[in-house]
Amino acid sequence: MLLGGGGVLSLRVVERVVAQGELIGRTIQRMAAQIAESFVEGSWVLVGIQARGYAFAQRLQKALEELLGRAVPLGGLDVTFYRDDIGRSAQLKVPHPSQLPFSVEGTSIWLIDDVLWTGRTVRAALEALRDLGRPARVRLAVLVDRRGHRELPIAPDCVGYSIDTTPQEKVLVSIDNDPPMILVRYG
Amino acid sequence: MAKRDLVGIRELSSETIHLLYELADRFWGVLETPTRKVPALAGKAVGLLFFESSTRTRWSFDLAAKRLGADTVAFSAAGSSLDKGESLLDTAKNLLAMGLDAIVVRHRVVGTAHFLAQRLPVPVINAGDGTHEHPTQALLDTYTLRRHFGRVEGLTLTIVGDLFHSRVALSHLHLAPKVGLRLRLCAPPSLVPPLWYGLGWPIYHEVEKAVRGADAILVLRMQRERMQRPAIASWEEYARFYQVRPEHLASGQVLLHPGPINWGVELDGRLIDWPHNRILDQVQAGVAIRMAVLYWALGAS
Repeated sequence: MLLGGGGVLSLRVVERVVAQGELIGRTIQRMAAQIAESFVEGSWVLVGIQARGYAFAQRLQKALEELLGRAVPLGGLDVTFYRDDIGRSAQLKVPHPSQLPFSVEGTSIWLIDDVLWTGRTVRAALEALRDLGRPARVRLAVLVDRRGHRELPIAPDCVGYSIDTTPQEKVLVSIDNDPPMILVRYG
Repeated sequence: MAKRDLVGIRELSSETIHLLYELADRFWGVLETPTRKVPALAGKAVGLLFFESSTRTRWSFDLAAKRLGADTVAFSAAGSSLDKGESLLDTAKNLLAMGLDAIVVRHRVVGTAHFLAQRLPVPVINAGDGTHEHPTQALLDTYTLRRHFGRVEGLTLTIVGDLFHSRVALSHLHLAPKVGLRLRLCAPPSLVPPLWYGLGWPIYHEVEKAVRGADAILVLRMQRERMQRPAIASWEEYARFYQVRPEHLASGQVLLHPGPINWGVELDGRLIDWPHNRILDQVQAGVAIRMAVLYWALGAS
């Protein structure tokens, strides 16, 4: 038995680094370049899922605006009230404000989140968007894709890191720290 | 986790009250989206047990539940099996057996919500129990002030009217110290519960003095139906000395009333046009606050 049984190993925190430092900035540049390609087909807005997806979307917005040389609108969408696990967890989920400085109706949207895992958050976000109007199209960009754990038929269009994880692991994204870091932690 | 009842403000912590304000802010945002609803409580059913007449509170809870995607079952005492002698508890249990996830109750008897909360396995929310508490009203009054002033802490609220029979006033007495609100109370001596003189809030018998310098004035309805003995000489006499009139108010003072209003008794009809009349804002705040309360009660297992 690796863990449990009262051995010294049971206290060990197992961590591995997915990416850190300058690499993360380069990855955001690459994702921005990929998203910029879509602007050939017309104009898009960014919608970050509150709260960490929005923080990541702010970074993407900055990189994208530098590439395109013009402003790209960004909104923050809270999906708490659209989750399918309300009332199942002992913790009451308190939402952040949603703030979309544009109409969703007929708009082309890049939906942005930090980590894609089961796909349930993205499903909630699609439903939340639908209540605000009928977008022309929605694409999905995520910094980290925990591949293989999808519980719904949802796939990203733009990915920073595609990684293998076990269900017991947590992915920790802290891109605004110095140095920026993406970790996988066991337990 | 223990189930979450809202029997009175007395049982709520300051943290919970601020959480409810914060949730109400989110729901206020929801009420301004095109669909005005979210599916947060989809699949849940809320029973509305109103044994006393109500317009605002009942509609407000009904709408709040529906805006959260929940179903509501409305029950009114008139024409029910209570006429055949069924007890309150049996009635409530039978309604629960139909599959309700929460109960909102209003009853003329003090302690009804507490009684049901102790005995039912689902959250019970007090929509007014006799002259005891009306917690969501005090929450929505202060939430209206929070939206107007950007804060509640440090504000002075004058409550004018029938303090003796007012569950709204009692809920405010419990709420004020938890949110840093300063109270002033104003009523004829016959309508001030004697114990209230010892609470530390100033008590006035003159409207002019009571409202001077206050940030907001909450005018209470004269509760004719609860007065078992005449507490005032006449409505005219009450109106002469305790009616709130435009000349009492200074610019910037916010006017609140929980409704229904007896114009010409506790409020001068000219105050309909008072620039800071926030009486109808209270109604929208009521839906947002009740959404917050229902989500708080049912949003965690």
